[in-house]
Amino acid sequence: MIGFSVNGKRVDLDVDPSTPLLWVIREHLGLTGTKYGCGMAQCGACTVHIDGEAVRSCVAPVLGATGKAVTTIEGLSPDLSHPLQRAWLEEDVPQCGYCQSGQLMSAAVLLRDKLKPTDEDIDEAMTGNICRCGTYPRIRRAIHRAAEMAAKAGAR
Amino acid sequence: MISPKMNDRQSISGMQRRDFLKVSVAASGGLLIGFHFPRVGKLASAQQASADGFMPNAFVRIGTDERVTVIVNHSEMGQGVYTSLPMLLAEELDAEWSKVGYESAPVDPKYNHPAFGMQMTGGSSSVWSGLEQFRQAGAVARAMLIAAAAQQWNVDASTCRTESGTVLNGSRKLTYGHLAPAAAKVTPPEHVQLKDPKTFKLIRKPIRRLDTPEKLNGKAEFGIDVKLPGMLTAAIARPPIFGAKMKNFDDSRARSMPGVRKVVAVPAGVAVIADTFWQAKTARDALRVEWDEGSMQDFDTGKMMQDFRERAKTPGISVRKDGDAESALASAVKKIEAVYEVPYLSHLMMEPLNCTVDLRPDSCEVWTGSQFQTIDRANAAKIAGLAPEKVQLHTTFLGGGFGRRANPQSDFVVEAVYVARAAGAPVKVIWTREDDMGGGWYRPAFLHAIEGGVDASGNAVSWRSRLVGQSIMAGTPFAAVMLKGKDYDPASVEGVDDLPYAIPNVAVESHQPEINVPVQWWRSVGHSHTAFAVECFIDELATLAHKDPYQFRRALLEKQPRHLGVLNLAAEKAGWDKPLQKGMGRGIAVHFAFGSYAASVAEVSVTEGKVRVHRMVCAIDCGQYVNPGIIKAQTEGGAVFGASAALFQELTFESGRLQQTNFHTFPVMRINECPDIETHIVESTEKSGGIGEPGVPCAAPAIANAVFAVTGKRIRRLPIRLTEAV
Repeated sequence: MIGFSVNGKRVDLDVDPSTPLLWVIREHLGLTGTKYGCGMAQCGACTVHIDGEAVRSCVAPVLGATGKAVTTIEGLSPDLSHPLQRAWLEEDVPQCGYCQSGQLMSAAVLLRDKLKPTDEDIDEAMTGNICRCGTYPRIRRAIHRAAEMAAKAGAR
Repeated sequence: MISPKMNDRQSISGMQRRDFLKVSVAASGGLLIGFHFPRVGKLASAQQASADGFMPNAFVRIGTDERVTVIVNHSEMGQGVYTSLPMLLAEELDAEWSKVGYESAPVDPKYNHPAFGMQMTGGSSSVWSGLEQFRQAGAVARAMLIAAAAQQWNVDASTCRTESGTVLNGSRKLTYGHLAPAAAKVTPPEHVQLKDPKTFKLIRKPIRRLDTPEKLNGKAEFGIDVKLPGMLTAAIARPPIFGAKMKNFDDSRARSMPGVRKVVAVPAGVAVIADTFWQAKTARDALRVEWDEGSMQDFDTGKMMQDFRERAKTPGISVRKDGDAESALASAVKKIEAVYEVPYLSHLMMEPLNCTVDLRPDSCEVWTGSQFQTIDRANAAKIAGLAPEKVQLHTTFLGGGFGRRANPQSDFVVEAVYVARAAGAPVKVIWTREDDMGGGWYRPAFLHAIEGGVDASGNAVSWRSRLVGQSIMAGTPFAAVMLKGKDYDPASVEGVDDLPYAIPNVAVESHQPEINVPVQWWRSVGHSHTAFAVECFIDELATLAHKDPYQFRRALLEKQPRHLGVLNLAAEKAGWDKPLQKGMGRGIAVHFAFGSYAASVAEVSVTEGKVRVHRMVCAIDCGQYVNPGIIKAQTEGGAVFGASAALFQELTFESGRLQQTNFHTFPVMRINECPDIETHIVESTEKSGGIGEPGVPCAAPAIANAVFAVTGKRIRRLPIRLTEAV
């Protein structure tokens, strides 16, 4: 049995410990918002948080999550209220949408660490997330906008 | 005449061909269904609409809860059809926009593409083909709601008006939801008046996409996310070489691995069916399969290009002949010859191919992200041994399509039905990224040799294009309809066969080598390579004539107002005449495709042998438009798609084996490499054109021409490698 928490809920699973966390999340836990894109940490579609840090779950054996807190896109906010989700809505970012869970999860760590990320910060934090539809200009704008929103909310 | 040699993957049974021809004959017959207004009762039962809903036609359902659900017959693959098509209907319905939702249409002839006669998404055609259809559907529903209200109030319908989901008469008002049950009993009108565009409230507004919320919380269901009770998952060991056949396999290890239910040979290879994907994939990798490698074991793209170069030295099939290009070349004062080469390319959708099938003795349900519902259903039915009507295909969100999910053979659907026949349970087949990249159906590699000449005053007087590359249409069920008796494939030469420049002597010729690499439409199809060659060569002619490349194009496009419109707009917005910093250069390109005109100006720098694109200014004229926000998104996305190919992408084969496997060897532009992109839309009253693809073609030539502006060297081969510049 491997035990960890997912989006605040404790789970104990009887699963091959070498199985990538991605497939455990998708197939055992039924949380399909986290996507498979490459299986080799090249595209970022599978990005989740483990203890708050962005991890490419397609190459992370589930064993490594033991005792840790995993957050997936389904746990980013209960109601699209995260500043990034609001900014993504306002900038109308997604096209096909497949990569966007991973984009948001990577951006969430950036925004936690940098209150006012620069374009260079965005490049650095988001380079691991590919978008084949080419939504990058909007992702960039949305991250800046989310930072402004978060700043305003903080000021209140 | 084209007589393609077909490998197994491409072979088409007579039955598939007949099935297709049935629908396409309807297409060429002109009427094309287009539009049914079935009686409410019949359709409601067919659609299993809620008992209290009002479904005036196949495209809209109005619930007593005020929800307006638009049934969309095109696949949402990022291009925004789940928003733009509902906008058209909601506009004429006068619906309250916040109550409007979407639903994917089931497969049914009433959802056929009005121009192509089958249910499908492609050719950048969803909005222009749905324009009348969806507006009509909304107007009919509105008229029926008004009739129901007028009856209730006992007034003449002409005294009623509508606004935001309500019918009004004087101070009285009734909501659409309230009227829905009564409206369901009204006879649909035969004629309805559509709105004067001046009164549009939704159309032409940058309305935010309806599908965004569910794409931000993981709820959007893509094919790969489909879950069914008792479902198994399969991975397939696929041939390492196109046309290779499985000789035998050893599954002794695989069969004993955890979760593995069955290992079966299927036409696509050897399928491992297991409880979960990871188990299936791990066991698949443990199979030992021996392949009969077939005729492609020596295939090498380097040698292929050498062969293409030889072919280009001889005349091809004549596609276009204005004047006498040969004599004009011979007498030109200055001449230039350039050979452009582009590689095979993978569509590389973020969501790898997958398909889920629940096969029962007398029915079959398929869940997948399809661009080709009618064909996929017909092909699935054949393998299932059922009539097409017994097969239902549920179109999920597509994690990118770009043409790959419009496969004439339904390759990813057919194989899943084969696996389902063996599985004895619902089963989902998932392709790994490597399977997807190696699975074929690429943008064909092309060589395009151009010779051109100018006279003493620097006027272009001659142009001869010779293209060498595989036909997409040949050997498909489309050949009969799409080739229309031509002995060349229009998809190979589109974008040069209609060369817009005023050059008196033009010849375009086509060579169609037969190669057993499956090829297919890739976002912008032939335009993806012809625009590169044409727009780079016109730049070369400008240099030959000692003229500015923008002004040189302008002079030759005097009689092409829409080309000129986008060209001028892009140049103006980019500040074409303003100096750039040292080390930077601008390139320009203009191209017509899919009913729309596009132009781009790229600003690049070159440092230490590396090209960086800093800015792209795009102008687009797609005629009357629906949602400028979506148009900008598609144009930006098209620019990134085209720039990715221009800068990074190439598939190569050695000894029949594909050398690229995943994103590390077939890169996609990343955010740190992405330029600032501006899009400017031309206001137009012309007929609507497409928007999904027209943004792609200009990117490569604009970037390549900008590289010339910086380095003085010409790029004649993609992806751009400065070491190959001439």
